[in-house]
Amino acid sequence: MLTPGPFATVQDAGRTGWASIGVPRSGAADRQAAALANRLVGNDPAAAVLEATAGGLRVRAERTLLVAVTGAPVPVVVDGRPAPFAAPTTLRPGAVLGLGTPPVGLRSYLAVRGGIDVPPVLGSRSTDTLSGLGPAALASGTRLPVGGLAGDEPVVDVAPVAAPPERPVLRVLPGPRRDWFDDAAWPALLAGAWEVGAASDRVGLRLAGPRLGRSRQGELPSEGLVPGALQVPPDGAPVLFLADHPVTGGYPVLAVVVTADLPVAAQLRPGDVVRFRAAR
Amino acid sequence: MTGSEGGHRVTAYGDRAVLVEAADPAGAPGLHAALLAAPLAGQVDLVPAARTVLVLLDRPVTDRDLAALRGLSPTGTSRGPAPDPLVLPVVFDGPDLAEVARRTRRTVEDVIAALTGAALTVAFGGFAPGFGYLTGLPADLHVPRRATPRTRVPAGSVGLAGPYAGVYPRASPGGWQLVGRTDAVLFDVDRDPPALLAPGRPVRFRAVG
Repeated sequence: MLTPGPFATVQDAGRTGWASIGVPRSGAADRQAAALANRLVGNDPAAAVLEATAGGLRVRAERTLLVAVTGAPVPVVVDGRPAPFAAPTTLRPGAVLGLGTPPVGLRSYLAVRGGIDVPPVLGSRSTDTLSGLGPAALASGTRLPVGGLAGDEPVVDVAPVAAPPERPVLRVLPGPRRDWFDDAAWPALLAGAWEVGAASDRVGLRLAGPRLGRSRQGELPSEGLVPGALQVPPDGAPVLFLADHPVTGGYPVLAVVVTADLPVAAQLRPGDVVRFRAAR
Repeated sequence: MTGSEGGHRVTAYGDRAVLVEAADPAGAPGLHAALLAAPLAGQVDLVPAARTVLVLLDRPVTDRDLAALRGLSPTGTSRGPAPDPLVLPVVFDGPDLAEVARRTRRTVEDVIAALTGAALTVAFGGFAPGFGYLTGLPADLHVPRRATPRTRVPAGSVGLAGPYAGVYPRASPGGWQLVGRTDAVLFDVDRDPPALLAPGRPVRFRAVG
């Protein structure tokens, strides 16, 4: 790792099965893009990849490696020459691969055939930025071992990938505590233009928009959360949870983004405007 | 999307999860135990909480899942010999111990005696890896959280909040009333099991030092 860029971590499919002792799932924020990167290099779906936030990452291959970059569309450069995006690329020993800055979207994924082989913690190599489990965020000079989590030689040459939408819309289902909100809250959620706040991170998107009024005051006993849950704290600014969400939360959840749209949510960046649409 | 057969409510939570809510907090562990014993197809994890169990699936939720969960029979959690309680050695010198004594109109010695005499149980976790919400405190030891949370509570701090006692597995911000500290390692990823305080585990505090 020559430079991680603004922020980069190792991510895989996350830690499942530990919620009852308070361990979040974590894992790649845009799972679809991470899975595609693994597929392009013929990796097991459980292999770990690098998640680069806002590009900027540069790595040097110590031996011949097959790699692929997916997610936020980003210029890929190998030894100063443009290299393909969302296609398998061979790096010769000593080659330097660099990511530019994605014009749209936030998180790009770099898969290496064999997977990033840092020691797993509770069955996962993911960095959990909330609970501190897993490897530290990547720093310049970190050596990243490559493992053996590869299957057959990849057969996909290039994957057609859609760029993140210009006007992102997330489909939502009513949340488990919609009855804690007044009748105007759900229509206000769907009508509003929501701006993604600067404090957004892998834990969640902090959104600014219309007021979402409560019909029930008081505290909700803590209950489980999922990625895509839109929780409304007393200050009224909703949080849309992403991969590193806490296991439980004590504020009511008004809406839940459908699983198919979580990759869109994971690619939103501060300043973007997002809208919600009822899934049915 | 909701139902109330069996005294619990069942609500779809997005397209891959279902929230099962017990009629009262005492009912949640039985629902958790039943789902552990007989998981739904594609069940990847369970999140037991104060009065709910969230069922996480790796596939879309169907009407059959909702019907199955409405018909769920809570499993008795007291069958078989109760496991030996986990004894946590605690130095009762917390910065809020005097405040807890004042609020509960006890002497400090009486607070310590009540805490070491209580048969506690890990009701659920979720706040942080290895944290357990312990129930079983005498009702007159229920104290509110501090009005102003501390920005840093040291690892091992033993605190009280509402009906719960708890131990901070690692340093974090926190608003519980701190009565003591333990050097027990609550969470260690290289240990099996990693958490000392898993739901259902009986716990006692023993005064040391």
